[in-house]
Amino acid sequence: MIFAGIDVGGKNIHIVITKNSTTLAKVGGPAGINKAEAAEKLYDEVLKRAGLKRGDVTRVVATGSSGSRVAFANGVIPDAAADARGVIQFIPSARTIIDVGGEEGRAIKISPEGKVLDFAINERCAAGTGTFVDTMARALEVPVEEMAKLSLKSTRSIPMNAQCAVFGESEVVSLIHQKTLKHDIARAVHDAIAGRIGSVARIVGLEKDVVMIGGVAKNAGFVESLKRAIGMDVEVPDDPDFVGALGAATAAAAGVLEEKVKAKVVEKEKIEEGKA
Amino acid sequence: MVEAKKVEYWRWPESVWVNPAIDWHKGKVITVGVDVGSVSSKCVVMVDGALYAYSSMRTGSDSPDSAWKVVNAALKDTGMTVNNFDYCIGTGYGRVNVPMAQQTITEIACHARGANWMYGPEVRTVMDMGGQDCKAIRCDDRGKVLKFMMNDKCAAGTGRGMEVFADLIRVPVWEIGSRSFQIDKEPPMISSTCVVFAKTEVVGLLQEGKPENEIMAAYCAAMAHRILELLNRLGVEDKFAITGGIAKNIGVVGRLEKELGKKTMEQVWVRPDMREAKIPFDTMIAGGIGAALFSQALLERGKVKSARKA
Repeated sequence: MIFAGIDVGGKNIHIVITKNSTTLAKVGGPAGINKAEAAEKLYDEVLKRAGLKRGDVTRVVATGSSGSRVAFANGVIPDAAADARGVIQFIPSARTIIDVGGEEGRAIKISPEGKVLDFAINERCAAGTGTFVDTMARALEVPVEEMAKLSLKSTRSIPMNAQCAVFGESEVVSLIHQKTLKHDIARAVHDAIAGRIGSVARIVGLEKDVVMIGGVAKNAGFVESLKRAIGMDVEVPDDPDFVGALGAATAAAAGVLEEKVKAKVVEKEKIEEGKA
Repeated sequence: MVEAKKVEYWRWPESVWVNPAIDWHKGKVITVGVDVGSVSSKCVVMVDGALYAYSSMRTGSDSPDSAWKVVNAALKDTGMTVNNFDYCIGTGYGRVNVPMAQQTITEIACHARGANWMYGPEVRTVMDMGGQDCKAIRCDDRGKVLKFMMNDKCAAGTGRGMEVFADLIRVPVWEIGSRSFQIDKEPPMISSTCVVFAKTEVVGLLQEGKPENEIMAAYCAAMAHRILELLNRLGVEDKFAITGGIAKNIGVVGRLEKELGKKTMEQVWVRPDMREAKIPFDTMIAGGIGAALFSQALLERGKVKSARKA
C-alpha cells in the first residue's frame, strides 16, 4: 500500500510518498502565501513524478504549522510527533531531536520507542529560526547557501548582541562598516542562533544521541555552532528537511490519524523590570 | 545619466529650534542635556530653567559624533559654544560616550523628569517608544521614577518596527498615522508579533489587493496591542502621557487609547506661557529636557560645580 506524508511549514512544503517503508518519491517547494493551494500543486507534482494518481494513495497524513490546511489529508499530527517518528526509524539511538525550520525552532525529547516525552518550541519570533539566517545572509549580501562555507572558514568568535533579527541586521551592517571579515560575521550569526536553540533544547534536557533536522540542518556551519553551544555531538540524517514529512508518512502507514503532545512554549524573556 | 533619488521612507524630518525671546548672554545658568539614542539624538539647552534651544537628528555611526552633531546644530548661529555650558548631562543608549557631558544619568530617569516638566505634575505613567526600545514608567508628581518596564530586545513595539514597515509599504513614516484612519472600516490587526513575520503578512495583504491605508491601520493596531502588553504588566495609573517619536503617530496612539480605555494627555506644554509663545512641543526631546533639568538641580543644590569656561 502507498502512503503520503506532507509537512506544510512556515516557509516550505515537503512531501514524501512511501511504499513498504521505502520512499518512492519526494518533493519540496515554497509554501508561499496561499499554502493550501501550494500543497495541492506540489502533491500533484510528486504523484506525477512517481507515476501515480491521487486514488493510488491509501492514506495521507499532514503535519507542520499549516498542516491543517491540507484539504486532501486524512489526518493531521503535530510536528513533534512527526519528527519523532521520522527520526527514530533511521537513528534508533536518538533521544533528543532539534528541529529548526524556516519560522520555528523546537526541541523534542523522545523515548526509545519514538514517543514524544517532552517538547519546547520557539515560535512567533524570527530569531532562532531559518529566517534569521536568511535575513543576515541578505545583509551580508551572500546567497544563503553560502553561509555554511563562509562560517566554517572563521577561526574566531565575535559576540552578536542582538537577540532580534531586525536589530541583528543593523548589527551586521555596522560590523561590515567596521571592516569585520564576512566569514567571522557569518559564524557570529550561526553562533547567535545556536545559543538560542541551545537554550530551548536545555528546557527538555539534552540527552544523547542528539539529532538535528529541519531546513537549517543543511547548514553545516550552523551545525558546528550548535555542537559548540550544547557541548555535544549532533547527528544530521540525509535530507533533514524531509524528516517531518517522512514521519507523517510513517504515521499514515501505521493508521495514526491524530496524536496529542503537550508543548512548552518558550516565551523569550524580553521585558526588563526595574525600580528607580 | 541622472539617477533617481532613492526615497527613504523611514527618514523622519530632523528639527532645530531656538527661542527668539531669550538672549542667553543675559542668563545666569546654562544647563544642557544630550540624549544619544540608538536611532535619534537630541540636544536641549536651557537658560535659567527656560527652554532656549533644541535639536533632534538621526544618530550617526558613533556616539561622540552624534553628540557633536546635535550640540552644534542646536548652537548654530546662537554664538554659544560648549565652553558656555555650566553643566551638561548625557543620557540615552550612547550616554557613556557624550564628550561634552560632565556626567550621565539613565534615560528612564530623564524621560520621567522630562515628561513631568512637559506635561505637568499630574503625569503618573509615561510611555516612551524610542528607536530600538519601548519603556513604560511609573512616576510621582515630581517626575521621580517609581518603577518601570522596558523592552529593548525585540523590534516589535519599537520605532524600528514602524520604520521597517514604512520602507516595505513605501509610505513616509510620518504619514502613516493619519492615513491609517482614512479607511472605511477597521481591519483585523496584523497577527504576527514579530516584525519579520509581520512583513510577510503585509506582503500577503498587498498581494491580495487590500488598500494601503487599511494595511497601515492593521499594523498600527498590532503595534498598539504590543505596547499594551507592556503597559498592562506595569499597570497604567492616570494620568498617562506618551513621549518619544511614536507620540507623533496618531494611528498607534489613537488605537492604544481605545484598547486601554483611557485618553493620553494632550500633547501641549503644561505652562500657559509656553503654549502662548507657540513653542513647538516635540515629544522626542523629553529625555534631553530631563537631563538639562537634572543639571540645573545638581548645580542649585551645590552638588556639582559649574564647568563653564567662558
